[in-house]
Amino acid sequence: MAKKMEAPKMFKPKMGKKELELLGKLTNALAVSGDEQEIRQIVMDELEGFADEMRVDHLGNVLVTKLGKGKKRLRVMVAAHMDEVGFMLIKDEGKGIFEFRTVGGIDPRQLVGKQVIVGRDHVPGIIGAKAIHLTTPQERKQVLPVTQLRIDLGPGGSTKAKPGDRATFATELQVLGPTLCAKALDNRLGVYNLIQLVKNAPENIDLLAAFTVQEEVGLRGAKVAAFSFNPDIGIAIDSTPAFDLPDYHGEENTQYRTHLDGGPAIYVMDGATIADRRLVDWLVDTAKAENIPWQFRQPAPGGTDAGAIHRVREGVPSVSVSVPGRYAHSAAGMARIDDELNTLKLLHAALARLDEKILLRQE
Amino acid sequence: MAEKKKDNLLELIKRLVETPGPSGQEHQIRAAVREEIEGYADEIRTDALGNLIVRVGSKKAGGMRVMVSAHIDEIGLMVTHIDEKGFARFLSIGGVSPLTCLGNRVLFMDGTRGVIGMESIEPGTMPTLDKMYIDTGATSAKDCPVQVGDVCGFERPFLDMGKRLVAKSMDDRIAAAIAIEAMKLVKKTSPNEIYFVFSVQEEVGIRGATTAAYGVNPEVGIAVDVTGVGDTPKGFKLNVELGNGPAIKVRDSSFIADPRVVQWMVNEAKAQKLPYQMEVLTFGGTDGRAIQMTREGVPAGCLSIGSRYIHTPSEMVDRADVENSIKLLAGLLNNKIELGEL
Amino acid sequence: MTFELIPFLKDMLSAPGLSGYERPIRDIISRAWEPLSDELSLSNLGSLLALKRGEGPEPRPTVMIAVHMDAIGLMVTAIEDGFLRFTQVGGVDPRILPGQPVIVHASNSEPKDLPALVVMPPAQLLPKEAGTGPLAQAYLLVDTGLRARDVEKLVRVGDIISFASKPEELAGDTIAGHTLDNRASVAAATVALEMLQKRRHQWDVVADATVQEEVGVIGGLLDPIKIKPDLAIVVDVTFATGPGGSGSTNFELGGGISMNWGANVHPALYKALEETAKDCEIPIYKEFSPSMSGTDAYGIQVAEEGISVVEIGIPLRYMHTPVEQVAIKDIQRAGRLMAEFITNLPLDFMNTVKWE
Repeated sequence: MAKKMEAPKMFKPKMGKKELELLGKLTNALAVSGDEQEIRQIVMDELEGFADEMRVDHLGNVLVTKLGKGKKRLRVMVAAHMDEVGFMLIKDEGKGIFEFRTVGGIDPRQLVGKQVIVGRDHVPGIIGAKAIHLTTPQERKQVLPVTQLRIDLGPGGSTKAKPGDRATFATELQVLGPTLCAKALDNRLGVYNLIQLVKNAPENIDLLAAFTVQEEVGLRGAKVAAFSFNPDIGIAIDSTPAFDLPDYHGEENTQYRTHLDGGPAIYVMDGATIADRRLVDWLVDTAKAENIPWQFRQPAPGGTDAGAIHRVREGVPSVSVSVPGRYAHSAAGMARIDDELNTLKLLHAALARLDEKILLRQE
Repeated sequence: MAEKKKDNLLELIKRLVETPGPSGQEHQIRAAVREEIEGYADEIRTDALGNLIVRVGSKKAGGMRVMVSAHIDEIGLMVTHIDEKGFARFLSIGGVSPLTCLGNRVLFMDGTRGVIGMESIEPGTMPTLDKMYIDTGATSAKDCPVQVGDVCGFERPFLDMGKRLVAKSMDDRIAAAIAIEAMKLVKKTSPNEIYFVFSVQEEVGIRGATTAAYGVNPEVGIAVDVTGVGDTPKGFKLNVELGNGPAIKVRDSSFIADPRVVQWMVNEAKAQKLPYQMEVLTFGGTDGRAIQMTREGVPAGCLSIGSRYIHTPSEMVDRADVENSIKLLAGLLNNKIELGEL
Repeated sequence: MTFELIPFLKDMLSAPGLSGYERPIRDIISRAWEPLSDELSLSNLGSLLALKRGEGPEPRPTVMIAVHMDAIGLMVTAIEDGFLRFTQVGGVDPRILPGQPVIVHASNSEPKDLPALVVMPPAQLLPKEAGTGPLAQAYLLVDTGLRARDVEKLVRVGDIISFASKPEELAGDTIAGHTLDNRASVAAATVALEMLQKRRHQWDVVADATVQEEVGVIGGLLDPIKIKPDLAIVVDVTFATGPGGSGSTNFELGGGISMNWGANVHPALYKALEETAKDCEIPIYKEFSPSMSGTDAYGIQVAEEGISVVEIGIPLRYMHTPVEQVAIKDIQRAGRLMAEFITNLPLDFMNTVKWE
């Protein structure tokens, strides 16, 4: 069991006006895989003066180093992906109507009848649907594939955007009681958490913060970031689906993945990574010691940046921690403010009590 | 004398196949392998993901740095949920077919045992894993001895049929046995520096060999694994058959074996007058891919042992194939490696 | 030192060179690249690298041109009564196979090339599941015309089979043949190397005829680790309009070349190359790969610490058939674009390649 390290300052994260403002900036930004500039800019502005080193690599990852103090410090890479799933305009049909494709995995049933924003100027647009009066019941049984949908910017809109521009849902952050409702909670919550971790970095480790790109299209940014950093330990922080709705027939829901209000979700195994058990134990021990609610993310398909990190060079023991969120990869997701704060608390407390003994193999 | 030697081989195989160790939980099998090879190794280390990397020999004039990879993880199941009545739902680790689950017994890493049951399904439909559960004998979630994240493998004893050998996890423990026996036959006169890698997490994506190969940085590599056979009633149309000798892989769906390595293996088999067969597998993958994709690229191939009923609890191999594979592998490692022109 | 494009193309299109077995095509490219470069070398898996040094002071930055040289084809899986069963190497639509002339590269005794045909067995010899639609690959056979005992002596499981179609010049200055994907791009890279003979450039140039792109961008993933380029230009083929084309994502044969826009491409590189194209009056069209491109760019971009990549495409009809078709003009345009871009590359160019 690792001894509790002296944390120089008490870390008590809250979700006040300032915090919500930053979170809103993050979730409302348009940063689809391959074009993460809006988030990159926010990250670099926020961390100006906090980092010992900050640079942008060939893929657009922001690599931030915050050195600790003391001897034999572990080099800990914490990764949060900046990109969201979204769209790319691919053809201008004239009169403001554009053909488009999805970037990353989005269920086509989530697209119809939605408001979107396009390009760096956030030009407003809509994905329309045929009026119900003009459809047959047979027709309404068919899913509309993305090839048949169009983004409509309005007549004359062809001067405001061009093929190649990215787009995303127009949803803006709202607070609904205990709940954050916004698009791209996957993974702006992770980005937000990593910003706070850098600003409040515990001094017993070298914190290698990787704000990665292109996670949604194959964990690509994390692969090169991990190669550059060559860390001792890797942690991916993300937001993961909660399928904790009632079963239609009232039966027990056995495939919920995570529960809202269950606290930070610790991964044992997903589709891309078998977590290092020593790191899983370290997180669980920390949660118990600090009285932070926690849950296991149900072993299930899906993946995080840890999938790329643990396989670089000679291997990096890795684990993931996520904020549970409903309705990921749609126009609006939901997460509890408390789950978000507890995730941040757990990460900070766990990092603060890390030492090299954790990597000693038990056998 | 010969019979005693064979018994040792069977003892080794039995020990390896019966040790639990699905992907991510390889500590027990790693310890077992380590015990077996301790006297033959010049250097032993375990890397960040748990690969056991064993060096035998140092590179001499005309020698090469060779990596031999046999994966020690097996397929298995991980608990995803304990329901109100204490039944454990699960996810597969690696490729587990629902057809192999029903009524089978599982063994958890801490010794707990269970039986796999299934919800009733529409007649004429195929069973799926999400309709199955593990019954540990619990009566409620409270007294269930396992929890979310716990891992189990299938439990089935090793069976010696004489000509054929049957066990769960011949994939890939038979290869570990072959590698260990070949290691014992490596001579001090070999010019090569040989890294025997007992790799982890192959069944979930050839992950262990990826990082092990990066660390070893070999000049040539051979994976050892099982391969499908075409000699059962209305089976896959595959060329390899039990008893026709070690199979030399030309390709599978994860990589194309380097033609120079293929020819090197064929030449050695011919020199020893061993039976051998050429293998083209239209599905499946092995550690060979991981070795090939290391750093700037590494010429890699695979020595395959034909096996029936792969990824069932009763995988069957031919005993003579195993013995000939050991001879073939030892010969490859003991001699100067002539790879031919690119 | 003169290099003739069409004879070179025809030479390449008459040679095999399946993924993993690229030696025959590599030899042809090697002969063409030798006089056009300072140093030829091979990667561990057989990619051909041609280094042409620049004039800048050392350490000079390197630009890598990646053009895959491997071909798709077939591989013997079984020998039955002298007939060969096979699987594919790379993506082959089985519907194009019946009646195709092929060559079996037999290696069981001494290496021997056997001309053969892909044949459809009569329906009454097939199981009912084979159906009356297109025959699945599993039911097709290759017939060498030789007696069974001779086939067994000559051929072994694992032998590769290549398409035997001969290159043909068609109207409109187009050429048809197998493996224009991606030998058209190899030709374009050769055009670039040839033009650079008469130009002065600061950067080192490495033209890389990569291996095994068709089975997983293997060369693309591995070669940058050897070359360590500062930037990479990938040249591959893209879909042309015409029969079998599909709507919004196609380009005219002979109408110019495509430039790829999407997650695999660095936008600043795209803009720089686009400017060069405008200056040289080379018509270019934007091609969209929102999540990923299916080319060496996918592998090169994430090699080690990551590499800035740009990708251009030569329009091609009937991709992955033995009758692929491109316009000669487009090959020349692609070559010229690269030569012009490299000629004008200032030593500190990477300082301008930023994410914005």
